[in-house]
Amino acid sequence: MKRRNFLVGIGAAFLAGCKEIGDSKWFEALVDTAEGWHRGIHRSLGVGRIPMAPEYERADISPFFRGNGSLTVDTDEYRAALAAGFPDWRLEVTGMVDTPLSLSLEDIRDLPQRTQITRHDCVEGWSAIGEWTGPQLSDILAMAGVQEGAQFAVFTCADNLNGQDYYESCDMDDAMHPQTIVAHMLNGEVLPEINGAPLRLRLERQLGYKHPKYLTGVRLVASLDDIAGGKGGYWEDRGGYQWYAGI
Amino acid sequence: MAGTPEKPGKRHALGTRIWHWVNALSVIILFMSGLNISNGHRRLYWGDWGFAPEHAWLTVPRFPDWATIPGYYSLAAARDWHVLFAWVFAVGLLVFMISAIRNGHFRRDLFTRLAEWRPANIWRDIRAHLKLKFEHEGAKFNFLQKLAYSKVIFLLLPLMIFSGMVMSPGMEAAWPWLTELFGGRQSARSIHFICAWLLFAFFVVHILLVLLSGPARQLADMITGGREDEAA
Repeated sequence: MKRRNFLVGIGAAFLAGCKEIGDSKWFEALVDTAEGWHRGIHRSLGVGRIPMAPEYERADISPFFRGNGSLTVDTDEYRAALAAGFPDWRLEVTGMVDTPLSLSLEDIRDLPQRTQITRHDCVEGWSAIGEWTGPQLSDILAMAGVQEGAQFAVFTCADNLNGQDYYESCDMDDAMHPQTIVAHMLNGEVLPEINGAPLRLRLERQLGYKHPKYLTGVRLVASLDDIAGGKGGYWEDRGGYQWYAGI
Repeated sequence: MAGTPEKPGKRHALGTRIWHWVNALSVIILFMSGLNISNGHRRLYWGDWGFAPEHAWLTVPRFPDWATIPGYYSLAAARDWHVLFAWVFAVGLLVFMISAIRNGHFRRDLFTRLAEWRPANIWRDIRAHLKLKFEHEGAKFNFLQKLAYSKVIFLLLPLMIFSGMVMSPGMEAAWPWLTELFGGRQSARSIHFICAWLLFAFFVVHILLVLLSGPARQLADMITGGREDEAA
């Protein structure tokens, strides 16, 4: 019995120690450093080519594309716009650009389109495959003219989850990546409400929470510090998820 | 953790001892934070994708808080622990492998000889284990020990690393062939889970055998190195 108590004691001390370490500033700093290593390694392992997320065949598409997180925008304006086909929806391109843009859905559909069948991986562990269509973000940013010093693209959204507006961000490498598109179609149909109608960003080399739905704006900035909680995204600010979600 | 040449006579080389404890710590942290991550989505699938009960081949029980790191459900914090100690685990294994190749540990102690695969030898070894007789002359490890240790070091631990890497979308974009090797991301996730529990099974048997074969000395030897002539 004594030995058992001793073992339970060791286990409890181990867990308490882990909690102590997990709550410390230096552990957080270490985790952030490791995050930077992962991003650097993932980008450099593609030596000589742009690392691309795998693309699949039509036959691989999941029968239904699961929705998670926000499944709608809970406002009367949104419901009216959804019913009317979003005639007044705008994607505002602002921040460190030469010419700020305000694009309608028609403008977005008129741009050169990319269709890609990719796998969506949620941080929780599940995956779904879907076919996404929309213009490349790099084309939109080229139209606006990226200014020197822009380091991040910040994505603003119409949805509000648990009292906070959803937003996300990525570095310029991901923003200019060929598979980063502003999708308005899923599996050949208009983007469904649960998947982010009318616009959803696809950031294929990262986990699902980096693919903001109900997209209203793209802003180029030099730093994420002054935006919302300063960590670069809704879940990053709120739940402590890593900003680089390539792992 | 370098493979410094050891004076002959130590039962466990310095590199082996350092790796043993670094690895033990990182595997325990990875396993317990992994259970927390598993609680985030408790279904396993085969192939590239899956999200609903009808796609799953297994629904995993919810692991209790006392078995997870941190000791409450937090996917974010568990992932921090997991991807940080994945580095310790993977780099540790690599350095150990290099040092064990250099000091001959693998060749001398872990690789089985053809003669050891004779049924009579295997049967004798099983009987000796069942009778809890752990003294054996000659080679450092008996057949079953060699088999268990080499399967863990060369199969299970590398499988954990590579199936873990497949689950990272950033890694996959760089090395897409690795995902195909595992038959898809959800297959890799299932394999990751299965191998984790096989490692747990090894852990239980390993601890049990240490307890049955003189735990105080076994523990001391894995810290100080012990003496070569001691059997076990």
